[in-house]
Amino acid sequence: MPEPTRYRSATLNLWRKFANVGATAFAVGSVILVLVPLLAVFVYLLIKGIGSVNWAFLTQTPKPVGESGGGMANAIVGSGLILLIASGIGIPLGIGCGIYLAEFGRNRFGDFVRFTADVLNGVPSIVIGIVAYSIVVVQQKHFSAYSGGLALAIMMVPTVARATEEMLLMVPNSIREAALGLGIPKWRATISITLRSASAGVITGCMLAFARVAGETAPLLFTAFGNQYWNLNPNQPTAALPLQIFVYAISPFDEWHRQAWAGALILIVMIVVAVAAVRIVTSRGMLKGAS
Amino acid sequence: MGVGIEVKGLNAWYGKHLALKDIDMSVRPNHVTAVIGPSGCGKSTFVRCLNRMHETIPDASADGDVKIGEIEVYGDGTDPVEVRRKIGMVFQKPNPFPTMSIYDNVAAGLRLNGMRNRKQMDELVERSLKLSALWEEVKETLHKKSGASLSGGQQQRLCIARALAVEPDVLLMDEPASALDPISTSKIEELIFQLKQHYTVVIVTHNMQQAARVAEFTGFFLMGSLIEYDKTEKIFTTPADKRTEDYITGRFG
Repeated sequence: MPEPTRYRSATLNLWRKFANVGATAFAVGSVILVLVPLLAVFVYLLIKGIGSVNWAFLTQTPKPVGESGGGMANAIVGSGLILLIASGIGIPLGIGCGIYLAEFGRNRFGDFVRFTADVLNGVPSIVIGIVAYSIVVVQQKHFSAYSGGLALAIMMVPTVARATEEMLLMVPNSIREAALGLGIPKWRATISITLRSASAGVITGCMLAFARVAGETAPLLFTAFGNQYWNLNPNQPTAALPLQIFVYAISPFDEWHRQAWAGALILIVMIVVAVAAVRIVTSRGMLKGAS
Repeated sequence: MGVGIEVKGLNAWYGKHLALKDIDMSVRPNHVTAVIGPSGCGKSTFVRCLNRMHETIPDASADGDVKIGEIEVYGDGTDPVEVRRKIGMVFQKPNPFPTMSIYDNVAAGLRLNGMRNRKQMDELVERSLKLSALWEEVKETLHKKSGASLSGGQQQRLCIARALAVEPDVLLMDEPASALDPISTSKIEELIFQLKQHYTVVIVTHNMQQAARVAEFTGFFLMGSLIEYDKTEKIFTTPADKRTEDYITGRFG
């Protein structure tokens, strides 16, 4: 057998090696560039905040000005309450909207909804707060967790809707045909087969939206308003961690500054725990070889 | 048991393009009928018209007189969902539901049509998997493995079991073996031979040897028309139409 002719093999090999190393270096460099600020923020929070996180901080309400001690227990619970309301409204609405866009929205109206969702995504969060203020707070004549939850829900809808749409569009058409071919009605096939096939991505989208609004302060300023005391009634002004951090951070007291750091640390930990918990619970049902 | 299919004056469109022209065809119950023809001749469109899957494509439409057993497929007030429940379909590429276990894949049609009786469902799943000759290979891992984890040939037999579980009268197969290797193909062909005892089978294929092996009757489609329809033997030995002969002998297509 004659040897195959190798054209310029030496220089070609060298170039390939160079390109390979270059591309790998670029990818690794990007990862580092992304991870460094994230880790830096977390480590800085840990250093500044961990000293003030103690049992009292997690179980007590704020002390009056001048007294030391106290905590943000009411704000931790309040944030949980507001996020529960927001997710309860925003996630089903967003998923429903995403299903419409992917399965039925290949038309002018669908384009309009898609455009609206993208614009809504870019509206400053304080404006969303004003909307919730004018449709709930002004009508009811008092602040409430409901209005705060609504403001955050409005912010979640476009993110969840667009993520759901993208994920549903990735489900191959053959899966839809298989479902329809079995004599399953379209609505049932969409929910139980198509949406289920895309569930991993849809859940990721929901978590992204959740994590984004969990740290929002501006929409809560004149909706949930904040509260120095315990409140579990969603129809009353309610404390929230981002609000509490904001108030404490701009105060003139060192003690409050330290507590604001601790609050920020707790907020991040809460988000990480919530996202991780959802991932663990939803991956439990996964099967071997499922894609 | 299988039922017969009577097609009269069936037309099908993609938008304004007429893809099927005035098809008349009579399919015998409990027999295997093959539909052959070159790419784009309308053979897939034809079987997709039989269970009203054609109209699920945007802008596609069909009309004509199709009677499957007692069902007027294009009759006024006929619910396409009801039609599809009676007529099973197997597609070209195996398409198991990726997030479901093997059991759930087969049970999907039953469960999503409202069946709640666990025992009855277990029986139907087992029966269907046995009919599709997959039971022995998967009975240990029914609930543990995803349908997508099986091999291509196994996936296609899983899809056949899934179609059989809803107890249709007719089974439509749209090139069921074209994505499979020869061994899996022969398994599917063997299976088709078994299935005709219980079902009427219509199979689209671009493989003429396959049509000759599995089907008692064969229809030859060309440019949206049914050119010739007769006993398979007749089609492959003494076709009446010159165009059929040209295709069979490999002069085009």
